[in-house]
Amino acid sequence: MSDGNHGFGGNRGMRDASIVNTAGRGTIDGTRRSGPVRPGPEAAPFLAARDMRGGYGKADILNGCTITVDRGQIAVIVGPNGAGKSTAMKAIFGMLDLREGSVQLDGQDISALNPQDRVRAGMGFVPQTSNVFPSMTVEENLQMGAYIREDDFRDTMDQVYALFPAVAAKRRQAAGELSGGQRQQVAVGRALMTRPKLLMLDEPTAGVSPIVMDELFDRIIEIARTGISILMVEQNARQALEIADVGYVLVQGANRYTDTGAALLANPEVRRTFLGG
Amino acid sequence: MDIANALVAILNFVVIPAAAYGSQLALGALGVTLIYGILRFSNFAHGDTMAIGTAIVILLTWGLQALGVSLGPLPIALLALPIGIAITAGLVLLTDRLVYRHYRRVRADPIVLVMASTGVMFLMNGLTRLLIGVDEIRFDDGARFLISVQQFKAWTGLTEGLALRLSQFITLVVAGLSCWALFRFLNRTRSGKAMRAYSDNEDLALLSGIDPERVVRLTWIIATALAVMAGTLYGLDKSFKAFNYFQILLPIFAAAIVGGLGSPTGAVAGGFVIAFSEVAVTYPWKKIAGYLVPGWQPEGLLQLLSTEYKFAVSFVILIVVLLFRPTGLFRGKSF
Repeated sequence: MSDGNHGFGGNRGMRDASIVNTAGRGTIDGTRRSGPVRPGPEAAPFLAARDMRGGYGKADILNGCTITVDRGQIAVIVGPNGAGKSTAMKAIFGMLDLREGSVQLDGQDISALNPQDRVRAGMGFVPQTSNVFPSMTVEENLQMGAYIREDDFRDTMDQVYALFPAVAAKRRQAAGELSGGQRQQVAVGRALMTRPKLLMLDEPTAGVSPIVMDELFDRIIEIARTGISILMVEQNARQALEIADVGYVLVQGANRYTDTGAALLANPEVRRTFLGG
Repeated sequence: MDIANALVAILNFVVIPAAAYGSQLALGALGVTLIYGILRFSNFAHGDTMAIGTAIVILLTWGLQALGVSLGPLPIALLALPIGIAITAGLVLLTDRLVYRHYRRVRADPIVLVMASTGVMFLMNGLTRLLIGVDEIRFDDGARFLISVQQFKAWTGLTEGLALRLSQFITLVVAGLSCWALFRFLNRTRSGKAMRAYSDNEDLALLSGIDPERVVRLTWIIATALAVMAGTLYGLDKSFKAFNYFQILLPIFAAAIVGGLGSPTGAVAGGFVIAFSEVAVTYPWKKIAGYLVPGWQPEGLLQLLSTEYKFAVSFVILIVVLLFRPTGLFRGKSF
């Protein structure tokens, strides 16, 4: 039922843009209902995703992976391609059905919640791609971020603009017209508008220049200092581990190394195998 | 050379009819473009939604007439319109519940929804015929002219007359107001922005807490309101005939595509482009040529195309646009 590549002739109707509109189509099942939230065990970290097993089809991608983040901490997931880094993040966000394992946020077991309700529970998610509303202005993007908020969100918007002055100057411009780095800033800003307790970033620096990357990491540190926990998947492992309070090296969907960022950077085995010397 | 009379003739026979027809197409195309942009498929049932909506409005009009209700010079259909919209919207929401929601749930390819809408089109088509029959129906009561030919001639002393029918005037006013309201809704209100956000990026809209099913319902209601308005105004202006509404789907789609599918501004512009071309190409220019070039007596009527072929105009414009500017005049979402 999907737009697969069947060569010529196959599935042509899906490409006729005069009758079907595939731009911006969703992948998340919005009709799934949430289950109940239960209090989790005492004295757990702020985010505790334990022993996650699951995948998209029959084969599991996650094989007992555990990720925890404390309040105000920056946690970074690194690992080789196909290690299940992004999948782990999606599982934490409820975009993937887990066969085993649990996700606990702020003392509550939220394993049964759908992604929408996890946003309300305090998770903010910045996808790797398609993470802004391209035809809407920067300001409208931020307003949509605050969609679930009933209160006055102008102060949060001012904070976001203060954090990212470059996009503040372009608040009336369509987000799709911005450069990759600025678009990434809008995407992070949109997620911050919900006032999340945990901000999850899926490869925020993919495709941006090293200077922009450094700046983005600086901003992420600033965000963490306000008490928001950060969980981030990164390809640029070395730079990301430099700012990480805790780092997870995943291999084949399981934890291989877990330590502070600095310790992982100092670990000769991690350096040789995953950081290219 | 008689420029004043030529201008009045152009205004009377080309500009006014084309503007009214263009507004009707624009309202129809706005609905098509909204469904394309937000629900992500071309709704072939749109023409027949117009038809059944107008049929309901006509039945309500008859009911109100039987009750002795009168709006003075205005047609009673205007009073029946809001109720007709509500009933048709209910019907369309029921269709969504019974047909389209299933395909959304199984994440069917949009082409499947297009085909489903073709089925709904035939169903609505049959329902309309059962409801009101296939005959031509005129339901414009009240005053006929806002400016009549005699009045105009008496005022200006020109030999050429100009008539503005009340239905044409109402069409322009209603279309103008609803476009204004729609654009304001989409650009200013929280719900309107949520609809645009959903159109841009479904997943991200979901992650921002926007309820997708609510956006879908809102889109159907707005598109139906526009369709019933377009259908009623078209019926008041010309007449109601179920088959004509099935046929009008073509110029409506041409308008939406010419303007750029998914772009509301484009839909309005496209409606007028199609209407003006259709009227200009099928109008016999002999009389106007006579005013502008005195003493010239052309052989034929100076009509480029006989009115039977007016749909060819939509086709040609559609092909030219798809060849040279597939995204439409205003960059729509079809890229």
